[in-house]
Amino acid sequence: MEQFTQQVASGLASGAIYACVALALVMIYVSTDHINFAQGEMAMFSTYISWQLMSWGLSFWIAFIAAVAFSFVLGVIIERAILRPLHNAPVLSIVVVFIGLLAICNSVAGAIWSYLIKEFPTPFPKSSFGIAGVIGPHQLGVVMVTLIVLGLLFVFFRYTPLGLAMRAAAQNPQMARLVGVRVDWMLALGWGLAASVGAVAGIMVAHIVYLDPNMMGGILLYAFASALVGGISNPGGAVVGGFIVGVLENMVAFAGNQIEKATGVYIIGNGEKLTVALIIVITVLTVKPAGLFGRVVVKRV
Amino acid sequence: MPTFPKKLLWVLLALAFLVPLLRPLFPEVVSDYRLFLVSTMIIAAIAVLGLNLLTGFNGQISLGHCAFYAVGAYTAAVLMDHLNMPYWATLPCAAVVCFIVGYLFGLPALRLEGHYLALATFALALAVPQILKYRWLEGLTGGVQGIVLSKPEVPFGLPLTEDQWLYYYCLIIMVVLYWAAANLLDSRSGRAMMAIRDQYMAADTMGIDTALYKTVTFGISAAYTGIAGALSASAIAFVAPDSFNIFLSIKFLIGLVVGGVGSLAGSVVGGIFYVLVDNSAQALSMFVKNDLGLQFDLSAYTVFGILLIVLMYTMPMGIVGGVYIALRRLRGVRG
Repeated sequence: MEQFTQQVASGLASGAIYACVALALVMIYVSTDHINFAQGEMAMFSTYISWQLMSWGLSFWIAFIAAVAFSFVLGVIIERAILRPLHNAPVLSIVVVFIGLLAICNSVAGAIWSYLIKEFPTPFPKSSFGIAGVIGPHQLGVVMVTLIVLGLLFVFFRYTPLGLAMRAAAQNPQMARLVGVRVDWMLALGWGLAASVGAVAGIMVAHIVYLDPNMMGGILLYAFASALVGGISNPGGAVVGGFIVGVLENMVAFAGNQIEKATGVYIIGNGEKLTVALIIVITVLTVKPAGLFGRVVVKRV
Repeated sequence: MPTFPKKLLWVLLALAFLVPLLRPLFPEVVSDYRLFLVSTMIIAAIAVLGLNLLTGFNGQISLGHCAFYAVGAYTAAVLMDHLNMPYWATLPCAAVVCFIVGYLFGLPALRLEGHYLALATFALALAVPQILKYRWLEGLTGGVQGIVLSKPEVPFGLPLTEDQWLYYYCLIIMVVLYWAAANLLDSRSGRAMMAIRDQYMAADTMGIDTALYKTVTFGISAAYTGIAGALSASAIAFVAPDSFNIFLSIKFLIGLVVGGVGSLAGSVVGGIFYVLVDNSAQALSMFVKNDLGLQFDLSAYTVFGILLIVLMYTMPMGIVGGVYIALRRLRGVRG
């Protein structure tokens, strides 16, 4: 039983990370209909920035805030410089550009900081944090930080004029433009925010998966699964989906472990985590593309 | 759509067959290493050809072709390793297996289009190395270690070196596959494939069985890429799970984009191109480090990434398409 609660708790912790990346994906998808394949690599790059700042002697939280701010600027620049001119391009062009971004982020990070795996510090004190036997200090910290970030985002989108303008620009660009919203800049801001949320996820997860240029591959796949489970057009759904998928991931591995203990037959374990995510992605896409909370898209033919 | 002038194609083909025979005359220029490199280019060209059949001619985006390449390579490797099958007999087996796998993956892909298909195939690409390491398959696939094979032997006592033979072997396979693809595209089925790409609704209304064509195209495309994988398994004489990752798919994509989406000849150019960049990256990196004095380990993927983005702006038809359009403009042809 104790093992079970531990697994659920650690599932929630990784779920918090997935929720952040999934939210970043959904923010971009809702406003532009693009799926950002480079989201994970962008987050990885920001994490390296924070690592670099820390190795220059800055404290964790200052490096954290600086890296998140850097990501925001980077996101805005990428949107304005690279994606804006391709606004009406065919899907293939846009996918190719995202893959190009992925390759650039990955190889440049490798070129600057090398492909050697690095340790990443945790800001959460060992002694006073966490609940013994249920959740570790870092995991609890991750859940708290991501919940704070998600809460701030919620408040921003729900209660500020700028947040309202951004939602309007995403939902109905023509109408938003008519009432004086600068839709172009709203999209760029959305990109910046998405990059920042991704950076938070990267910095929080780096202590667990260690820092290297390929660290976000698996996490991005799980974030896709989360976004799809929650409904890729629903930001709240993406967050819920993140937690669901995080717990599910650990439950599957846990169940596989129990089966192996009971019967001695290995079916599934930690080594099949990405395969589980692949199955979730394909199942949701083919069986229920709208996810749990998504809008069903009806097309007029 | 740009096509190569037929005569030029024949000349190039004749050259490709004759050059290796000049080895005794110019042993330094036509070295074994160079021939091996060209063989890997030919293999790359076949893989890109497969992707182009699906993406370029049928309009289905795939970022997951590394999976089919892996299936082809592993089919060949397992057959050679466990059943002692001769290397040439593994190609049809790999083609059949990959066709079935591709066809099956094409079934769910029927319900997806555009970004969603890209997403599903991207997920597939990310999961491939892990699937290959699955514990139940370890007996066959050798797990993380992979499988070590031996290089194809020269048959009939021909007076060729191993690398010369490998070159001819790959070249013949490519010529056959290219010819088959060109004929397929020139047929009723090929026109149906392209009609689905250009006007799905119209194609459907005209009575084309869109579901059948899309899944079969997926299968054929996977078979092509799988044959390339099988060839690479015998050429490198080694397969290991971690080499079949998303970055392999990115290479196919760069081949597709550089050569031109929807151009057969372009696929060959694209395949040659990515192997060339991949192999000169080291020299390029040394240049950046020593001559420019930058502490920066430039890798091929930086070049690939920048090219992917730049080409989408400047030459969405690829380099072959771009040159073709430029030539037409020079001749004063408009439109």
